[in-house]
Amino acid sequence: MRKEWKWGTDDDYYVRTCGWSPPGDHPVGCGMILHVKDGKLVDVEGDPEHPISQGRLCIRCLTLPEYIYHPQRIIHPLKRAGERGENKWQRITWDEAYDIIEEKVNFFKENYGAQSMIVLGGTGREATLYYAPLAYAVLGTPNCSVPLSGNACYGPRCAATQFAVGIGYPEIDYAGYFHENRYDDPQYKLPEYVWIWGKEPLRSNADGFFGHAIIDMMKRGTQLIVTDPRVTWLAAHAKYHFQIRPGTDTALSLALMNVMINEDIYDKEFVESWCWGFDDLKERVQEYTPERCAEICDVPAEMIYAAARDFCAADSKSIQWGVATVMAQNGMQIVQSLLYLMAITGIYDVPGGITCGKVSSALGAWRYSTTGEISEDLWNIRIGTSEYPCSAVAMSLNQPDMVLDVLESEEPYKLHMAWINSTSLISCINQAPDRWYDAYKKLDFVVVQELFMTPIAAAVGDIILPTSTFPEHDGIVMPHFGRNTNFIGAMNKAIEVGDCRSDLEVCITLGKRLNPDAWPYEDAKDFFSQQFMGFIGKTFEDIRELGVYEPPYEYRKYEKGLLRADGDIGFETITGKVELRATMFEAWGDNALPYYQEPPYSPVSTPELSREYPYVLTTGARRFTAFHSEHKMIPTLRHIDPWPTVEINPQDAAKEGIEQNDWVCVENNFGQAVLRADIVPTIKPGVVHGIHAWWYPEEDISEPNMGGAWKSNINRLIPHEYISKLGLAAPLKSSICKIYKVPDNNWASHPDKPWKTEAQAKSILTSQQSNQ
Amino acid sequence: MAEKRYGLLINFGYCTGCHTCEVACQKAHGWSFDEYGIKLTQIGPLETNPDPLAREWEWDYIPVPLSKCDFCAERLAEGKDPSCVHHCLAKVIEFGDISELTERAKEIGSKTAVYIP
Repeated sequence: MRKEWKWGTDDDYYVRTCGWSPPGDHPVGCGMILHVKDGKLVDVEGDPEHPISQGRLCIRCLTLPEYIYHPQRIIHPLKRAGERGENKWQRITWDEAYDIIEEKVNFFKENYGAQSMIVLGGTGREATLYYAPLAYAVLGTPNCSVPLSGNACYGPRCAATQFAVGIGYPEIDYAGYFHENRYDDPQYKLPEYVWIWGKEPLRSNADGFFGHAIIDMMKRGTQLIVTDPRVTWLAAHAKYHFQIRPGTDTALSLALMNVMINEDIYDKEFVESWCWGFDDLKERVQEYTPERCAEICDVPAEMIYAAARDFCAADSKSIQWGVATVMAQNGMQIVQSLLYLMAITGIYDVPGGITCGKVSSALGAWRYSTTGEISEDLWNIRIGTSEYPCSAVAMSLNQPDMVLDVLESEEPYKLHMAWINSTSLISCINQAPDRWYDAYKKLDFVVVQELFMTPIAAAVGDIILPTSTFPEHDGIVMPHFGRNTNFIGAMNKAIEVGDCRSDLEVCITLGKRLNPDAWPYEDAKDFFSQQFMGFIGKTFEDIRELGVYEPPYEYRKYEKGLLRADGDIGFETITGKVELRATMFEAWGDNALPYYQEPPYSPVSTPELSREYPYVLTTGARRFTAFHSEHKMIPTLRHIDPWPTVEINPQDAAKEGIEQNDWVCVENNFGQAVLRADIVPTIKPGVVHGIHAWWYPEEDISEPNMGGAWKSNINRLIPHEYISKLGLAAPLKSSICKIYKVPDNNWASHPDKPWKTEAQAKSILTSQQSNQ
Repeated sequence: MAEKRYGLLINFGYCTGCHTCEVACQKAHGWSFDEYGIKLTQIGPLETNPDPLAREWEWDYIPVPLSKCDFCAERLAEGKDPSCVHHCLAKVIEFGDISELTERAKEIGSKTAVYIP
C-alpha cells in the first residue's frame, strides 16, 4: 500500500482508512479513501490497494456522508430538559456531562454499592471492545451485559469453540492471510465445497468476514452446500440446499456424522491423532439416523447421504456457520456438533479448510484484563453468576435474561443506573421488549452513548453522549474480533463533526477522572501504540503507515506447538485434543455430547398451541441496506428497502387471503407485529420470516409513539429466558405464529415509499429532529 | 473519446443484487436516490427443477446501464474506472471497448451481457 495515509492540501485532502463503526458493522475493515473538502467528507471511494475488499464497497459506506451529516444526528452532549419520554433536551458541554456523571456514579457507589450500576452494550460496533472496560475499569461495576436473550451471538460460539477445540473463531479459509497473491498463493488451496450453515454472508458480512469473498471463490470453482430455511441467492446456486425446519440443525449435523462415521468416510488420521472421545461421539450419533433426522428436519434422507459422501470425498472443503446456529434453545449443541463435523472431516487448519487463530487476541486480552479492576467480592455478586456460571465465566458478561429478572424483581439488589452504549435495546436486541421497557423505566439515572435519538434514548435517557463515526476517530480494526485476524487495519481520523467522541476517547477521559490508574494513556493513538507494541512490536503510527498489517500464517499449527500457550503440540483444551466429548460442557452442567432438542414452541413440542398459531416464525435475516436497527433514517437506503417485511410462501399467502404488499399482523401468545407481506417462493412452506429491528425515525419519537418502536417489532413475539442449561443460546429463529391481513386502514394507506424525493426525505426527517 | 465505441459488460451470473452499482453511480454524479445511471433488474426467483436433490432456480439480478450513463467521464479523465465497475462487490462489471468486451463475453460463456447505454 502507498506509504502516505493522508495527502492533498489543508482544505482539500484524502485520508486512507479501514472502516469499522459506527455506522454498523462487524469488524470487516474494508479499505476506503475519504475525500475531505473544507472540513467536510464529500466522497467515499473503495481503496483498490486493500488486500480483502480490493476497492469494493457496499451501499452502507457509499452513503456515509448521508449518515454523518444527517439532520437527526446528535452532535452535542444533551441533558434531559423535560420529563422522560418528552424528547426535550438541553445542550451541555462534555465537562458538564462528565461532572454530572461523576457525581451520580459516586453517589450510587456510596449509597448502594457499585453493583447498582450496569452497562448495556450492543453488537458489532467498536463499542464491543470498550463497553466492558467502561463498566469494569471506569465505572467500577461488575455488571455489564449485551441484553440479547441467551447472549445468542458471537460470544457463545467462541465459548463452545474454546471449550471443545481450544482455538479462536473458526472461519473458512478465503486466502485472507495471503495479502499479495490471495487465492493464487502457492500455500493456498481452493475449497471444493463451502458449506454455509445458518448464514447469509453476502448481506451480513458477519463477524468480520467480507461476504463477497464467497463469490470470488465461486468464480474459481468452489461449490456450495447451504443449510437455511430460506432459499437465499447463495442457496439457489448451491449443489445441495438443506431447507430445514427452523431450529432443527443439530439433528441434521448429527445425521451427517452418522453417515460419515458408519460409512467409514471420515478423516481417520485426524481423528486418531488429534481427537479425544471419538467412541462416545460414535455411540451418540447412532441415535440420529438419516431417516429419523430427515423427518425431524423435513429434508430428504437421500440428500443427507449424498451430501455427506460428496463432502468427505472432496480434497478440500470448509464449513461456515452463522449466528442462526446459536439462535435456538438447542444452539450450543448445534454449534458443538458443527465443530465436530469440522473435526471428523479433518478441516482444521489445513489449506482451504478452517483457519485457526489463538483463543486470545490483542485487544481481547486487554478487554478481559480490565475485569481485574473489580474486587473478588464484587465480581461474585454480579448478575447471573450463581445461576449460570458457564455464561458468567465464558463471556465475562452478565447472563442477559437474568438482568431483566433482576431489574424486575430488584433481587438480590436494585439497579439504579444504566449506561447504554451502541444499542437501541427495545427496538433491536431485547426479546420480550415490553418487559424490558417497563424495567428500564425503574432506573434512576441513564446515560446513553449514541449517534441518533433512538426510541429508548428518548424514553429513558437523562444524559446523551454523542458518538463519532469511524471517519471521525483514530482506531484499529481486526476482522473476526481479533480471534482469527487476517489483518490489523488502521482507522484514521479525517474529519470532526460537532462534539462527537469515540467510545475509547470517552473511556480514557472519564477513566482518568474515576479510576486513573487503569487509564495510563494520553489519547487513542497512545492507547493503540501501547497495546500493539507488546503484541506485534508496532505503534499506531507504524500500522497507519502500513495501512494494514499482515500477520504471518502457518497451517497445521497443532502439529507445530503453535496453538497452545505452553508451546506443546495439540489444541488448547484440557486434553490437548479436539474434545469430541466436551469436558467443559459437562463441567458446566450440560451433556458432554451433542443432542437434539425440539424448539420450545413448535408444531411438535406445542401441538395444541400450534393449532392456533400454525406457522413457524423465523426472524432476523439481513438486508444490504441496514445493520440491525441502524440506517432506517438514511434516505437512499430507505428508498431501496422502504418497509419492514414478512416473507410468506405463495401457497400460505393464498390460504390466508394475503396479497403482495398487504400489511399483515404476525401474532402469537406473546405479542404481535405489523409487517408488509412479501410473497416469495423462497421461504419454506409453513414458515414465515419477519424482519427484525424495525422502527420509524420519520415518526414522532416522544412517548407514546416512540418512533413507532412498538408497531413492527418482531421481538414482541419472542419469549424471555427459553435458554440452554449453560445460559447461552435462545430461540430467536424458531417460534410459532399466525398471520392475517390487518383490518386497520391506516396501514393500508401507507405509500409505496416513505418519501418520493430527497427534498421530501430531508423535510420529513428534519421535522422529527430532537431539539438541541 | 468516441463514446459509442465503449460499453459495460455485466457478468450477471454472479450479480448478487447488492445495489452497489446504483448507489456508486448516484454518488459519483451527485444525483439523488431516484436518478439512475444504472438500474438493477431482477429475474425470478423461479423454481425450474423442484427435485430436492437437483433443485434449480432461475434467479438473476441484472444491472442495466441507462441513458444517463456516461461511463463516469470525469473519473475516466482522472485515470479511474467507472464507479460501478470500481465498487461492484461481486466484481461483475467491466468497462471497455465493445469489441474487446464481446470477446470477453465469449470467454465468460454464459449469463453475460454487453451494454451500450
